[in-house]
Amino acid sequence: MAMLHTVNKSPFENRSLDSCLGRIKDGAAVLLFEDAVYGAMKGTAVAGKVQSAMEKSKVYVLGPDLRARGMSEDQVLDGINVVDYGGFVDLVTEHDSVQAWL
Amino acid sequence: MKLAVMVNEGPYQHQSADSALQFTKAALEKGHEVFRVFFYHDGVNNGTRFGVPPQDDRNITVQWSELAEQHNIDLVVCVAAAQRRGLLDENEAKRHGKDGNNIANGFRISGLGQLIEAGIQSDRLVVFGD
Amino acid sequence: MENEGGIKKFMYVNRKAPYGTIYALESLEVVLIGAAFDQDVSLAFLDDGVYQLAKGQDTKGIGMKNFSPIYKVLGDYDINKLYVEKESLEARGLTLDDLQEIMYEDEDDDWEEKPSIRVVSAAELRDLMDEQDIVLSF
Repeated sequence: MAMLHTVNKSPFENRSLDSCLGRIKDGAAVLLFEDAVYGAMKGTAVAGKVQSAMEKSKVYVLGPDLRARGMSEDQVLDGINVVDYGGFVDLVTEHDSVQAWL
Repeated sequence: MKLAVMVNEGPYQHQSADSALQFTKAALEKGHEVFRVFFYHDGVNNGTRFGVPPQDDRNITVQWSELAEQHNIDLVVCVAAAQRRGLLDENEAKRHGKDGNNIANGFRISGLGQLIEAGIQSDRLVVFGD
Repeated sequence: MENEGGIKKFMYVNRKAPYGTIYALESLEVVLIGAAFDQDVSLAFLDDGVYQLAKGQDTKGIGMKNFSPIYKVLGDYDINKLYVEKESLEARGLTLDDLQEIMYEDEDDDWEEKPSIRVVSAAELRDLMDEQDIVLSF
């Protein structure tokens, strides 16, 4: 029963990403979108936390939200998959349920 | 697959409504059925036809209305949340003695049961909010 | 209520404090309406959501309605699984004693009064969340 978790807040001003990563099952997927895309970037204070979550779960980031904010795909942490809205839809349908960490 | 979408924030203040709109469009393009979009909390403000965004900006409400018309999507605004925030259809306006209504095309006002029903009837429920 | 797909597991996830925003109150309104649908319902309180259950709430001074008594009647609506995360309580210096007492009558056990609040660890909550069909987040 793998679940998709969505996070939409910047990890630098809000604890949603922390809350999410601390409470997901192994094998779950996490999609970072809206302001949460900043959490997917290399060299940030939360990069280590995100990377350790990636040892047990898959992390995705929404490309349109990255590009809107001037963030380059090259700067996304290795192992994070960049998806578009169609990919977001696929993640929803491929997982058993969805939890939004608002 | 049958999907339901919940929108918990109004247009413009937060990205949630835009994200929900883009997600819904992508789901339809992929051939999924969108059983219902349910608007709750400040999300009910997506349903006012009185918004006049600048000409070079997107009109979120109009986009929802167009989507509803083209794909026959059920856009439901929660009645309790709508009453609090001054979103009315003709019936609600009459019932509460208000001098007009402001609901946009394709939206309808109904109860919270519509959200639960959407959860029961759909394969997935995706929540957008802040 | 017609339900072709059988009973689904609905979890209402409350992560926000009351009064500062309307999410807690309007979440409760969904819970009350949703009770009529005979689904398998539970509520989770974590992060600042645990503050929603604090005892002794008195809103007279802020001009807002105190909706905390509503949690006490959830048992009458057959809603008796209120999971409160232990780690969230501890991080806020709270214990079960700081929360309202919320009881329900167990129809399978001679209507014995039992507490609806169950303090669970983050790991237990993680498993519970994973079992859900529908997660409504507020």
